[in-house]
Amino acid sequence: MSILGNRVVRVEDPRFLRGQGRYVENLDLEGALSVTFVRSPLGHARVNAVDASAAEELPNVQVFTGADVDAHPFGAPPPWHITAGMERPLVARDVVRFAGDIVALVVSEDRASGLDAAELVMVDYDPLPAVLSVEEAVKDEVLLFPDVGSNVANRGGADEADDGLFDGCDVVVSGVLVSQRLVAAPLEPRSAAAVLGDDGRLTLWATSQTPHTGKMVVAGLLGLDPGQVRVVSPDVGGGFGAKMIEAEAVLVAWLARRLGRPVRWTETRSENMLGLPHGRGQRLSFTLGGTRDGKLLAYRLEVLGDGGAYPALGAYLPNMTALMANGPYAIPKVETSTVSVVTNTTPTTSIRGAGRPESAQAIERAIDLFAAEAGLDPAEVRRANFVAKDAFPYATPTGATYDSGDYEGALDLLLRSAGYDELREEQRRRRAEGSGVELGIGLGAYVEISNPVGEQEFGEVEITEDGGAILRTGSHSHGQGHETTFAMIAAERLGLPVERVVVHRGDTDDVPKGTGTFGSKSTQIGGVAGRLAADAVVEAATALAADYLEASAADVTLDLGRGSFHVVGAPKPSLSWAELAAKASADGRLGELRVAHEFQGAPTFPFGCHLAVVEVDTDTGKVELRRFVAVDDAGTLINPLVADGQVHGGIAFGVGQALFEEVVYDEGGYPLTGTFVGYGFPSAAELPSFERVEMVTPTPNNPIGVKGIGESGTVGSTPAVLNAVLDALAPHGVRHVDMPCNGENVWKALREANA
Amino acid sequence: MTNVALTVNGERREADVEPRQLLVYFLRDQLGLKGTNVGCDTSSCGACTVLLDGESVKSCTVLAVQADGGDVTTIEGLAAGDELHPVQQAFQEQHGLQCGFCTPGFVMATVSLLRENPSPSEEEIRHALEGNLCRCTGYHNIVRAVEAAARAGA
Repeated sequence: MSILGNRVVRVEDPRFLRGQGRYVENLDLEGALSVTFVRSPLGHARVNAVDASAAEELPNVQVFTGADVDAHPFGAPPPWHITAGMERPLVARDVVRFAGDIVALVVSEDRASGLDAAELVMVDYDPLPAVLSVEEAVKDEVLLFPDVGSNVANRGGADEADDGLFDGCDVVVSGVLVSQRLVAAPLEPRSAAAVLGDDGRLTLWATSQTPHTGKMVVAGLLGLDPGQVRVVSPDVGGGFGAKMIEAEAVLVAWLARRLGRPVRWTETRSENMLGLPHGRGQRLSFTLGGTRDGKLLAYRLEVLGDGGAYPALGAYLPNMTALMANGPYAIPKVETSTVSVVTNTTPTTSIRGAGRPESAQAIERAIDLFAAEAGLDPAEVRRANFVAKDAFPYATPTGATYDSGDYEGALDLLLRSAGYDELREEQRRRRAEGSGVELGIGLGAYVEISNPVGEQEFGEVEITEDGGAILRTGSHSHGQGHETTFAMIAAERLGLPVERVVVHRGDTDDVPKGTGTFGSKSTQIGGVAGRLAADAVVEAATALAADYLEASAADVTLDLGRGSFHVVGAPKPSLSWAELAAKASADGRLGELRVAHEFQGAPTFPFGCHLAVVEVDTDTGKVELRRFVAVDDAGTLINPLVADGQVHGGIAFGVGQALFEEVVYDEGGYPLTGTFVGYGFPSAAELPSFERVEMVTPTPNNPIGVKGIGESGTVGSTPAVLNAVLDALAPHGVRHVDMPCNGENVWKALREANA
Repeated sequence: MTNVALTVNGERREADVEPRQLLVYFLRDQLGLKGTNVGCDTSSCGACTVLLDGESVKSCTVLAVQADGGDVTTIEGLAAGDELHPVQQAFQEQHGLQCGFCTPGFVMATVSLLRENPSPSEEEIRHALEGNLCRCTGYHNIVRAVEAAARAGA
């Protein structure tokens, strides 16, 4: 029986449970110097001078400024189409553009003396007006890059609006929703360490989801041959899309080369809140039209995105939002336009969902407004407009091709599981009783895109001398459990127990290629590459076993139950993996049992439907999430235990955006939410248990049928909770609350509605 | 420098520390016990939770000198050789960890909770663990793990 689909406990857990996680900060590095970054406290300022003389009077302290650092500026890769001239100097020289911009590097014997020295670096700033909102930035009144002449970093979609888009619609609703700026907040702050070897090669340990890309970035910015750089990303304490390779790790690498000594850096949480790229930050204007009986006809989505001070992936993501604009609905006419601008804030990037939560938030809010306007049940409007089960592959008006799905099936399963009719009945009863605590029920139907740009991934299976296997993958794992799920995929093909397959990843010297882990793509390309490599190893092993069994390869088979090779129809003689490996090793042929395979997969489209039940105290605005029911379909499940965990974490992230989290700046661009004290990171006490309902619709786009499951929980949950809060407040005439729907924002909305 | 003498995971340890040295950095940097993680600088996240005289404390909020004469248990001191502590076992079986960084803190906080309240309700668990933050699990399976550990009589 196949191991796939079983709830296998994770093989990587014991080391974490024993306190033996191999995080970068735990690396023993004899004689390493400590790096401290001096960062701008201002959002926008001219830098007149950096005076490090007092700092350098401290024993064993060296300071480097932008004038010393001869590295190329950090730009965005060409596919993101970012305006030229907005690259990030690794160390700011004449101008700082966000609070957190690096102005100097302090090198010291230990962390404490580095902090003391950093305080003594005197930077003479002349404050400039800070542009903190996308609405201000798009006016181009204050420019971050005067030479460029505009704050626009990226533009996409329709050049001109179609005036007749909503012709023939009886009901047209519109609104503006701000998908607010968030931090990824992995529990592990970033860390980097670098050593220049005697052979001149540089080794960089970094907390990165993408070590191979990191290697190319480091080599490129420092002007090195990529072969001279090794990047190791060992255990990483969460990434959520934000931990790639940023300026800090490149500077640590630069220092190791400059000083010829090992150097290391670990950020504080406050530094992480400033320096790790933020996410979301989209202003979404939507208009939705249809017939009075609930058929949707046209949708317009305009996105104004916030790229932060140095635009990169975050400035590109509105294009992803536009691609997924119509969600799971068949809307005949869809028009999108996107503009991203730079602001004097921390640069933005992908964080859990990366453009898709924003699409779902807009369309799901629009549907609820439409349903209210037309006097229809929001569940019924969704049902009437879903892409039909028999319409796949479905080409959307925005250019995506949905692979497989049963959106109505997901809604039905959800409504049944949650007891939707009973909940509505309870709501009617409570409204009639005039309770001061309103009940709200919200839906969030979604389809998202995983492996969004159709990437390729590397996998290699090697049979070791003892008859076990190593699976090398270019995917990373920073919580996703690939050491278990990828091992299951290979073990199933090899007929080995899971614990005999050891997954290697994260070291560019050990794994020759890779794209890392983001965009929920790992299993569908990295897992599949591993499986295809395992298939190839079985083929090679069959040929080898045939030699030893003195038979033709066509007559030899692998007994998956026993993990041994024999001639078809004759169970004896047989060769187990261990016996085969021992013989091959003795004959110098073990290398034949090491085969690499690369797999490029098309994007897949996970989908589902979430339902939130909230209670809102109309006196105080306090929102309590009472229940959360989630149907998520990501195709075939390798390990449902791990899949559940991915969904739970995704839901919590999305609920966090709906109810608690927001990055806030003061007027000078200084963040007011720069620690976990000020930022609304939800704890266990603020969340309920989640009711996850499994649904499986395989994708035809890869041989396992898997889609990504890391982000879907986030995509569906924010709109479900937001819609639930607004459903609760509907009797009070409230049709909009700014996220997060915390007590303050809900109370304000109630006040305005009653004014 | 001040001399401190304390018991850590059953072993007598003695060292000179700076008065400003936090217990967590004493454990990590001076004793080499790197299982206790630092996740924030505001005593918010609980990643650094250890037991001091049997009760959970955030070791980033305790000076090493305050632990003088005390008995400290860190995550490294929990398992009995090859055998994981029942709380550790429950976290593995219930998939109560993903990236693992908050895990030592949650495990230690759970050990302390179950000593005070051997069969907590879900609400009691959620409130007792309010001082520990996790970004991966949504807490769902952490709560299941604590319930399972309680059932196992941890």
